[in-house]
Amino acid sequence: MISVHNISKKFGKLQVLNDFNLEFELGNSYALMGPNGSGKTTLIKTILGMVIPDSGDITVGSQSIKGDVSYRKQIGYMPQIGHYPANIKIGQLFSMMKDMRPEIKNYDLELVEAFGLEEMKNKAMGTLSGGTRQKVSAALAFLFHPSILILDEPTAGLDPIAVELLKTKIKKERARGKLILITSHILSDLEELTNRAIYIYEGEVFFSNTIEELKEITGECKFSPAIAKLMEWTLKKKSKKTILNHV
Amino acid sequence: MFKLLKYALYDILKSRFAIIYTVFLALVAISIYQVSDDLSKVSLSLMNIMILFIPLISAVFATTHFYNNLEFIELMLAQPVKRIHVFLSQLLAVVIMLSLSILLGFGLPMLLWGADSSLITLLVVGVVLSSVFAGFAFLASVLTRDKAKAIGISLALWIYFSLVYDGLVLYIIYSFADYPLEKATLALVMLNPVDLGRILMLMQLDISALMGYTGAFFQQFFSSGSGIFIATFALLIWMLVPNYLATRIFRKRDF
Amino acid sequence: MLKLRKAMNRIFPFILILCLYAIHAEAGKIILKPGQSIQAAVDRSAAGDTLIFSPGTYQASAVKIRKPLSLIGNNHPVMDGENKGNIFLVASENVLIRGLKFIRTGKSNMDDSAAIKFFDSKNCVIENNILVDTFFGLHFSNSSNLTIRKNKVNASASREFEVGNGIHLWKCKDSLIEKNEVSGHRDGIYLEFVTNTLAKENFIQGNMRYGLHFMFAHDNTYLKNTFKRNGAGVAVMYTKNVTMQENRFEENWGSSAYGILLKDISDSKVIGNVFLKNTVGIYMEGSSRIDFKENTFKENGWALKLMASCDQNLFQANNFTRNTFDISTNGNLVLNQLNENYWDKYEGYDLNRDRIGDVPFRPINLYSVIVEKIPASVMLWRSFLVTLLDRMEKILPTMTPDEMIDHSPKMRPYDFGT
Repeated sequence: MISVHNISKKFGKLQVLNDFNLEFELGNSYALMGPNGSGKTTLIKTILGMVIPDSGDITVGSQSIKGDVSYRKQIGYMPQIGHYPANIKIGQLFSMMKDMRPEIKNYDLELVEAFGLEEMKNKAMGTLSGGTRQKVSAALAFLFHPSILILDEPTAGLDPIAVELLKTKIKKERARGKLILITSHILSDLEELTNRAIYIYEGEVFFSNTIEELKEITGECKFSPAIAKLMEWTLKKKSKKTILNHV
Repeated sequence: MFKLLKYALYDILKSRFAIIYTVFLALVAISIYQVSDDLSKVSLSLMNIMILFIPLISAVFATTHFYNNLEFIELMLAQPVKRIHVFLSQLLAVVIMLSLSILLGFGLPMLLWGADSSLITLLVVGVVLSSVFAGFAFLASVLTRDKAKAIGISLALWIYFSLVYDGLVLYIIYSFADYPLEKATLALVMLNPVDLGRILMLMQLDISALMGYTGAFFQQFFSSGSGIFIATFALLIWMLVPNYLATRIFRKRDF
Repeated sequence: MLKLRKAMNRIFPFILILCLYAIHAEAGKIILKPGQSIQAAVDRSAAGDTLIFSPGTYQASAVKIRKPLSLIGNNHPVMDGENKGNIFLVASENVLIRGLKFIRTGKSNMDDSAAIKFFDSKNCVIENNILVDTFFGLHFSNSSNLTIRKNKVNASASREFEVGNGIHLWKCKDSLIEKNEVSGHRDGIYLEFVTNTLAKENFIQGNMRYGLHFMFAHDNTYLKNTFKRNGAGVAVMYTKNVTMQENRFEENWGSSAYGILLKDISDSKVIGNVFLKNTVGIYMEGSSRIDFKENTFKENGWALKLMASCDQNLFQANNFTRNTFDISTNGNLVLNQLNENYWDKYEGYDLNRDRIGDVPFRPINLYSVIVEKIPASVMLWRSFLVTLLDRMEKILPTMTPDEMIDHSPKMRPYDFGT
């Protein structure tokens, strides 16, 4: 569904993505991992069109995203921290998002109802707590039945009940055959929600395979120690990544 | 685009800043009307305040607004809308808000107590200067990723155009006083939007003195409508160029 | 009382004519038709006769009148000079010319072609005539007791040397110039060696050079005239004992345009005049002992340019409003007095409530000194930088003369009813 071909991106002198290649398929849920500054966020932003790559191309549904905006209709994006104009009301924010996709008439209101956002629709965004804003972000990401979901730290800042509601929703959508891309620092969440792991280190793909494969290759039977081992390897021996890339 | 603008405007018009700014301008205008004997004194005092403060406030506010809305702008960029529409909706919202504040803050007292052509010119110049400096601010904002730096650039541009530039011009005029300077001076003035706005006001308030300048070129410039036309045209260019540059950079910028 | 005087003024010439009739009881009436020779009719007539011109156009070139005659036009008959020299030449007493229209004099500077030229004449009345595109309009030399009234003198030349003066008096005295309209000439009214004359309620507009121009013209009075949009305003020179009262000087714009330029004028009075929208309201040099009182200076570029060669002048109870600069001067020596004027730029206070400001006012602005030296710097006027400089100069005067000061500035403007 999403193919990332030979993407390179430099910020100043810093090579953030280096000849980067990845494939994302419908029906899979990907855990995007890597240390801070490894290029996770840049990758997501490149897919969303917020960062323009120096070279390479990304196709979504076999169509290049260069100079195109309509592909974003298929993507539901939940940012890490939702900042919204302070004087806009929740209801207005939703109608604004709807106005940007006038041809979509069928809305997924499951999370709106679950989070009770309908009752708060006349509250201004500036008056909301961080958690409520995250609920709004989550609800917006699912609102248009997108086939691709990009969720950046989706559970951060949410209360436990909301976290459970959101996780259930993610699993449900995954079962419906959607493509889900999640970054998170909470490894248990990732283990629960994803079936494939992508580990990025210094702008290159260090590991990309199923979680079972990850456990096998690292010799760990649990997710967290497996990831920890990956991290160790990256630090110890850079030469190893070439071997692993071919696995 | 207009849908985006609608929401951006709704947000900005309800902001505390918009209300405080409008009330501030209205209070200034009301108090000047109260202490002045006649309209031209009103436009003189208002002009002194306007030429100094409106560029400053516009520049600082527009920069702050851009950075406060940066995350939201990013979210918008992830939506199926064109970048240029996202940018223009933000920019136009700021320009419209600043203009409305001037039109209301200065305009309502004018409706109450009367206005003459110089005060109408003042309103127009105020709106144009707001747009010019909002343009500078947005340009500074897309050029750097640091809010403090962007505000610094905006402030520097304000000081440059309000004070430093005129100092340089005065120095040049002083140094080359023996040469015919009329076209050069006029050209120098065209290179500063604040000066252009001021000259448009001078043509209303001090035409008698301006006509005292030796030189057929000046005489023609000031006595005919062409002077007003050229100055207005130059101001429009000042209004468009920074905004155009900012738009171009924004289209290529990474977030 | 005033009305009565006005009425008397109006009636006076008629009384004069009646008297003439009384003296020449046998005075005849000659009626002229277009095509007839005016010169022949004049030669034929006896002193004191009246020539009445029927409507139409008459060829009239250098018609000489050497005896008392009344020439009266019926419905403004046209005296066509056919571009040849003067139209009428008068050298006589008691000539009345009324209701005629003069067109097409010669355009020569050699003989100063005029519609009517008077030499050595006395007691003449010229009224209700219309002059269109004459080189000089009415030209008088060495004459006295003239009444020049309600004539419309209009030229439409585009360059100064293509036209002479509207009403031109040289070596004349005891005359009245009243309610004339002069436009498009070189000088509207030109007086040289003219004494004891009153110019009143004339409307002098759009002349190439000066609206009013006089030299060596002592003891004259100028009352309620309007001088508007003349190329260089009004210029008066080398004269003493002038009274200028309630005149209006308006919209004289240009690099050397003045409401009034006073050069070597002394012992005079300038009272109750209005100076509106002139580049310079009053420019004076070498002038002394002039009282300027109750004048209104409004929306001028410079209300006063007072050169250091002026002394003992008094500026009292004038209104200065909305001028770009109130006063400028070219030296540090100030020998003139400023008292009790209203300055709209005054920012002082009046604690003892006597309507006089408690701190003195310095009407000279630092930037006006700079503009005086470098005219191009006027472009920076009212910029923040210049405002700052001016404020500093107000606190610590360094470049502006100390003595140019009004110690008793009024808090409120005077009401002169203008």
